[in-house]
Amino acid sequence: MMSTVYYLIDTFLPFEWTEFSYMKNALLAVLLITPLFGLVGTMIVNNKMSFFSDALGHSALTGIAIGVLMGIDNYLISMMGFALLFALCISAVMDSGTSSADTIIGVFSSTGLALGIVLLSASGGFAKYSGYLIGDILTVQPEEIGMLAGILVAVTVIWCLFFNRLLLTSINADLAASKGINTRFVEKLFVVIVAAIVTVSIKWVGVLIINSLLVLPAASARNLAKGMRSYHLIAIAISLFSGVSGLIVSYYTGTAAGGTIVLIAAVIFFFSYFLNRARANN
Amino acid sequence: MDTCKCSTQIRNLTVRKHDGVILHDVSFDVHHGEILALIGRNGAGKTTLLKALLGRIPYTGTVVFHNSKGEQISNPRIGYVPQNLVFDRSMPVTVGDMLCSNMGGMPVWLGHKKEKLNQARKLLATVGGNPSLLNKRIGSLSGGEMQRVLLAFALDPKPDLLLLDEPVSAVDRRGIEVFYDLVTSMRAEHQMPIILVSHDLSHVEKYATRAVLLDRTVLVSGSVREVMKTPEVREAFGLKLTGGVK
Repeated sequence: MMSTVYYLIDTFLPFEWTEFSYMKNALLAVLLITPLFGLVGTMIVNNKMSFFSDALGHSALTGIAIGVLMGIDNYLISMMGFALLFALCISAVMDSGTSSADTIIGVFSSTGLALGIVLLSASGGFAKYSGYLIGDILTVQPEEIGMLAGILVAVTVIWCLFFNRLLLTSINADLAASKGINTRFVEKLFVVIVAAIVTVSIKWVGVLIINSLLVLPAASARNLAKGMRSYHLIAIAISLFSGVSGLIVSYYTGTAAGGTIVLIAAVIFFFSYFLNRARANN
Repeated sequence: MDTCKCSTQIRNLTVRKHDGVILHDVSFDVHHGEILALIGRNGAGKTTLLKALLGRIPYTGTVVFHNSKGEQISNPRIGYVPQNLVFDRSMPVTVGDMLCSNMGGMPVWLGHKKEKLNQARKLLATVGGNPSLLNKRIGSLSGGEMQRVLLAFALDPKPDLLLLDEPVSAVDRRGIEVFYDLVTSMRAEHQMPIILVSHDLSHVEKYATRAVLLDRTVLVSGSVREVMKTPEVREAFGLKLTGGVK
């Protein structure tokens, strides 16, 4: 299976940067992750949850620490478990309506980060795990690409089945509830999706920049889109473009791929911002 | 039409929040073809009552819905037109997106089927909305346009109860009259029970069939004419000082 895909890459992309198999794997991972980020990012921005997804990224450090303490080899399980718990806790505290959302998320975010640092430094020095802060897409393994493909398919299916309900809930929860939509369920489902994709990709994208990848393409698309369809198409296109071009640029400049991808997405954001301003003034 | 028996019965509805009682022992019925006006001072619990009916806040007591055959329904469809929809105005959602997302089927991020768009166009036409609104972002609508879109949204699928919160801030006087004319014609056409929260007694006298004066509980209820004459209403709206309703 993988050898066929590699052969296809060699045939259609006969460039220097695709010669190495780690670059082929990274390219495939980018082709799978970035549309996912573009898709889910649209609703993160609509729901004003960019700070929330950031907190989830921070919680991953604690998740890794728990994995280390429990002696699990694959940190993904402990990360995912902790992120889900973390996300549902934030969401439950927010529902209670005692403090404003940004305060609650801020408290959880710093707790998740601090707890992770404390636990990891206690168990033999934090430096060993600092790679998780910026991530490395070049370490993607072939079997992980299969998992990414599975997640992309699963999220797309959920996006097809639940999107209309998600959209109405995001416009106004009272209005959605009047149509018999279980808004709590829809909100929780979305939180679980975000937690899942953040933890799965944190190893390659890194705690510090994962949120930029979720937010930037959708934020740019918002400046350009007229309706939901173009919003999604533009977000996915920008996400894919910055992912692939960032990967190629990072190969030739010898920079970290994650950071390069985010920088390109940021440039596109400012471009879209000024385009929108110019259009509004006319 | 006379055989229609749809109604909503509210019995002993009580809402408590942080130890305080916001609504206490509210009971009244609203039947098909009626426009029941809910009046009362600010903070009397009118919006709270609507939210309770929508199931958005916990309450004790019962709310029972009946369909046109008089059978009890457990999952009522409620049309809700909020006074001032709070939403993110910069969200890239068109009127078409919003109306179609309520029709099920294809997720709107993939686009709209022609039949769905036609259905949405028809829906807009029933509330006097221009079909060109379909491609407009909901954040760019005027107050009056938004009210029509919300009404269209509330009417599909045909609700068992329609809740209207009077548009006050976002719509000019002329717009409000157009809104009420629409509601009155819908009442004649669809015969669904309507609960209307109003802040303006002249509108209540002109359009409602019954009225309930609310101040944490039901103070007075009955036909509009009766309710308007009661000392409670006159006191609540300060009519003793101004000499009565014009």
